[in-house]
Amino acid sequence: MHPIRKQRLYLVLFIVLFSSAAAGLVMYALSGNINLFFPPAEVARGMAPVGQPIRVGGMVVENSVVRSDDSLAVAFELTDYEANVTVVYEGILPDLFGEGQGAVAAGRLDEQGVLRATEVLAKHDENYMPPEVAHALEQSGYDEKGKAQ
Amino acid sequence: MIPEIGHFALIIAFCLSIILAVIPSWGAWRRNTGAMALAPGLAVGLMVFVGVSFACLATAFLQDDFSVKVVASNSNSMLPPIYKFSAVWGNHEGSLLLWALILSLWTAAVALFSGQLPLLVLSRVLSVMGAVAVGFLSFMLLTSNPFARLLPGTPADGNDLNPLLQDPGLIIHPPLLYMGYVGFSVAFAFAIAALLGGRLDASWARWSRPWTNVAWGFLSLGIMLGSWWAYYELGWGGWWFWDPVENASFMPWLAGTALLHSLAATEKRGLFKSWTVLLAIFAFSLSLLGTFLVRSGVLTSVHAFATDPARGLFILVFLALVVGGSLTLYALRAPAVTSRVSFEWVSRESLILCNNVVFLVATITVLFGTLFPLIMDALGGGKYSVGPPYFNAVFVPLMALLAPFMGLGPVSRWKKDSTRRWRQELALPAVVAVLCGFTLPLFNASYNLWVALAVALSAWLVLGLLRDLWYRVRGAATLATGLRRITPSYWGMFLAHLGFAACVTGIVATSQYNIEHDLKMSPGDTEQLAGYEFTFIELVPVRGPNFVADEARFEIRRDGEVVARLAPQKRRYLATGQVMTEADIDGGLFRDLYVAMGEPIGEGGAWAMRLHYKPMVRWMWLGAILMALGGFTTVLDKRYRRQRSPAIAKGAVHVAQA
Repeated sequence: MHPIRKQRLYLVLFIVLFSSAAAGLVMYALSGNINLFFPPAEVARGMAPVGQPIRVGGMVVENSVVRSDDSLAVAFELTDYEANVTVVYEGILPDLFGEGQGAVAAGRLDEQGVLRATEVLAKHDENYMPPEVAHALEQSGYDEKGKAQ
Repeated sequence: MIPEIGHFALIIAFCLSIILAVIPSWGAWRRNTGAMALAPGLAVGLMVFVGVSFACLATAFLQDDFSVKVVASNSNSMLPPIYKFSAVWGNHEGSLLLWALILSLWTAAVALFSGQLPLLVLSRVLSVMGAVAVGFLSFMLLTSNPFARLLPGTPADGNDLNPLLQDPGLIIHPPLLYMGYVGFSVAFAFAIAALLGGRLDASWARWSRPWTNVAWGFLSLGIMLGSWWAYYELGWGGWWFWDPVENASFMPWLAGTALLHSLAATEKRGLFKSWTVLLAIFAFSLSLLGTFLVRSGVLTSVHAFATDPARGLFILVFLALVVGGSLTLYALRAPAVTSRVSFEWVSRESLILCNNVVFLVATITVLFGTLFPLIMDALGGGKYSVGPPYFNAVFVPLMALLAPFMGLGPVSRWKKDSTRRWRQELALPAVVAVLCGFTLPLFNASYNLWVALAVALSAWLVLGLLRDLWYRVRGAATLATGLRRITPSYWGMFLAHLGFAACVTGIVATSQYNIEHDLKMSPGDTEQLAGYEFTFIELVPVRGPNFVADEARFEIRRDGEVVARLAPQKRRYLATGQVMTEADIDGGLFRDLYVAMGEPIGEGGAWAMRLHYKPMVRWMWLGAILMALGGFTTVLDKRYRRQRSPAIAKGAVHVAQA
């Protein structure tokens, strides 16, 4: 074979092998590390998988936030006004987390339907609602104060 | 009155950009010297009018003119003046104006500092940049006018700037980032001009190289500042989140890194020409995509301030025009460009090819991870999110793969080298690097395989560089003359590679050795962390210019001696009532101590506290600064300022006669 052709062949082979390795890596990494969003209503209907990483978002129910006295453990309920999901979390909550505000919790559901959160996200400024929460409320047909639309 | 002047200046700038996009390129097509010669003047005029417009908006902010909508929604009379100024780009409209301003600055810089460029090329380059300006200025005038008034109904005071943005880092982060983003438009314009002219040669690469390097340097600095800001301002001590907005700036950087290496091969050896052009198009398209992602509000992200579908559609169409148009041009013209140069497998060209493949694959994986949730959402497949584990799993192996080649790079020769020579040159560095990997992590309490690997790879990089430097100065009479003989572009490469090594070491060390305690503390409590004793002394209320805060006073001791006093705050901003965590950090080259306040818990003044011990975290930012310095240093090289070479001068004469 002509040396330049041969070089090109090796080049193409190298690129093909390398890109397929990379694509494989991407698929593998993706399979374990993406998580899907569920509104509380779908969690209550049993549509969310148990033990898989998921996100649940909604409004934090008034008077539902319970803190432990001696650790950073905290429990609260998220609602889309159709159903509630209890979330337990251990750690520092974001600055804009509060009762009657929108929040998204990421974690895994246990057998009792409680979300064991590893991360809690709140809105980032006063006027901003997490898009997933807005979407969940839209689906349930209530506004953020809980009035039917 | 002043906002109207600003608006008017913006409209004039828009008209100038249309003329700049049309007349000189028509001149270049018809070989009309008069039309081509208009380009530099138009470019400077564009800069002046966009500058006036920007100055007007800044004045409106500084004078608290709340009749202007963006001022009313993003500023407040109590805001310190410096933040009033930075509030200009802390919002959608203003940041677009900054984008346009920086684009016009780059355009004018090309017009002013390209004396050695043939008029034909210069007019085409400026025309392309003018066309980009048309896109952005029309976007502003049609969808996001920064000078829109609230008349009647002017509020008495403004809404205040988002407290997260009230920070020194955020004053210069967006301008630096945009300098980088927009700077790639110069490389893009040169590439398009070359395609239009059908001439891709070494001189084209030599013209566009300094611009690309400078833009890349700015982008490195901008990304570094963003990471630094996230570290101390967001209040949870992370420095990179693989957030879509971060990715938006990181993708052009990755593509840009591939581009500047490929440009080196094109300039020195006339290789990879059409590939380099493609990379230039790719880098700028990713900059535009980044702008689209951030500015259209398609992201479910903490940074996205704007949500308006009309805007998103506009940028999407603009993006499609730029990418589609340039790729079509590429498809039509690039096949005509073939390089007749060959190289052996064992050569610097191959190593640069490896760099390109790795960086391009890295760009694509980040692009995929960023767009995947958007695509799934658009197709109705549900609301997914792709988290940091995905990016880490893909990105870390890629960068680890890069390091062994990087150590070879500086030592290797163009065209043909031999593995035997590489073995001779690098056997010693390889042994020393492995030894470093085994021994250096022993200085920390726990030995860690990942740190050992990172140290070994970084040592390999640095030793390879030093080895090469030694060969370069060896022959000289004294060390000083030897060092003086080395060109700035070599120093640039040296610094940037050194910075990469520092970055790798810092990132791996801080990820592996980081210790983080979240706990409940009452005044008087003490917590042990990595040999440091954190004592919560007292809680005091403090008052700032536009906020009130609780401040926790901490004393940190090691072996009984006080090493630092930290005072993190929990602020409540008066205008919006927004609560903000202000962490306090005791920084050092080898470790940072970090304290942030969570929330009050129970009775007796107890608070949730976040205590961090972060070893070598600063190495990553220092590394980024070194990389940026490297990018800037290369520009000092004499060959970029050389007067017209005879061939180019002849070309200019030829054009003048035509």
